[in-house]
Amino acid sequence: MEGLDHIIKAHPFFAGLDQAFCDLICGCAKNARFEAGEYLFHEAAAADQFYLVRQGRVAFQLTAPGRGAVTFQTLGVGEVVGVSWLVPPYRWTFDAKALELVRAIALDAACLRGKCEADHDLGYEMMKRFMPVLIQRLQATRLQILDVYGTHG
Amino acid sequence: MSTAPMADTVVAPMLADPMLPRIASVRRRRRDGPQVWTLEMESESTIDRGFVPGQFNMLTVFGVGEVPISFSGDPADSQRLIHTIRAVGPVSAALAALKEGTSLGVRGPFGVGWPMSEAPGRDVVIVAGGLGLAPLRPLLYRLLAERARYGRIVLLYGTRSPEEILFRREIESWRRRLDIEIEVTVDHAVGDWRGHVGVVTTLIPRVSFDPHLALALVCGPEIMMRFAIAALRDAGIADEAIHLSMERSMKCAVGLCGHCQLGTVLVCRDGPVFRYDRVRDVLWIKEI
Repeated sequence: MEGLDHIIKAHPFFAGLDQAFCDLICGCAKNARFEAGEYLFHEAAAADQFYLVRQGRVAFQLTAPGRGAVTFQTLGVGEVVGVSWLVPPYRWTFDAKALELVRAIALDAACLRGKCEADHDLGYEMMKRFMPVLIQRLQATRLQILDVYGTHG
Repeated sequence: MSTAPMADTVVAPMLADPMLPRIASVRRRRRDGPQVWTLEMESESTIDRGFVPGQFNMLTVFGVGEVPISFSGDPADSQRLIHTIRAVGPVSAALAALKEGTSLGVRGPFGVGWPMSEAPGRDVVIVAGGLGLAPLRPLLYRLLAERARYGRIVLLYGTRSPEEILFRREIESWRRRLDIEIEVTVDHAVGDWRGHVGVVTTLIPRVSFDPHLALALVCGPEIMMRFAIAALRDAGIADEAIHLSMERSMKCAVGLCGHCQLGTVLVCRDGPVFRYDRVRDVLWIKEI
């Protein structure tokens, strides 16, 4: 557990995390490894974990008939994969595929949700860390929807 | 290759009559993406022997019309005029369709280019979106030709899809140099694309540069530039160190007609490259 504690505190997503919160989060954490081409999760499956990427890159994809898998976002080292575990119905809305060897910390969603429910300070801490990620992804999505590089751009 | 001291504009007095087009002819035509063509032209005029990265020419298709197009070639190459055009309107479509040997009209070079004189000794962070890479390519040629004069050079390029990556072979060749950091991202990808997917602004925190030493140069669709500027400022780059190339409807190109007025500036005469703090207050006004 000492190793995970160190890794979690060193991850940019949890930069500056209080030790007490870190201890709580570590109780829900474990190491994860995905080979290139392996999926971290699939669309419609239960969002029961999220991941702190330590190595490698992950592609978010949706598969469309006739087009195959369309990648709409890639993430890498220092980023967090998965936000659907935060809100009901706790289901993934896309596939997450390892583009290369991915090493990550997997956090058990039900475990962490339970701890956030029991300790609202921890819950608020998690929200403060996830909200900027959500806003950044929302803004990025807006830009992609606008298709700024199209002929009208 | 020329390594002469750099100015940020080529002086207009060289142009006896800036409204009179010179005749050039298309020597080569190359497809650089969907609806995007690069024309290599030659001109008898000595005026067409030099430009500053970031400047533009007015190109005329006789009988159709005239449009402003940035230089996209190597500024050290005095033999060829190179412009990259996306066929979106009647004139640009006619330009892009010109066959080898066809004549066209050229006026220029016009405008203020990238601040080359401010770059030596500094990190240079280039953020390009879509066709916005074209006006930045001359700058990249110059920076790489004089590589030792600069700190880190970073190129962040965002475009729509892997198929629409402009100057792909050159980007790959620059990557092999190892003395320039290049990250390319696309809005969406299918197939075997293994690069980044997402907006170009997300690349800014991933690359290393000294924000206090960096000069940031941005060119692309205006929405993308606004977001890029916000991300560059978040990364610690001062407004005075950010430069962007603006696009407005330029007609005369010499500051007479006022078509390209942007608040208190005329894009053709005072730009198209502006220091961000000079246009900061008007960039957010929707009515202009």
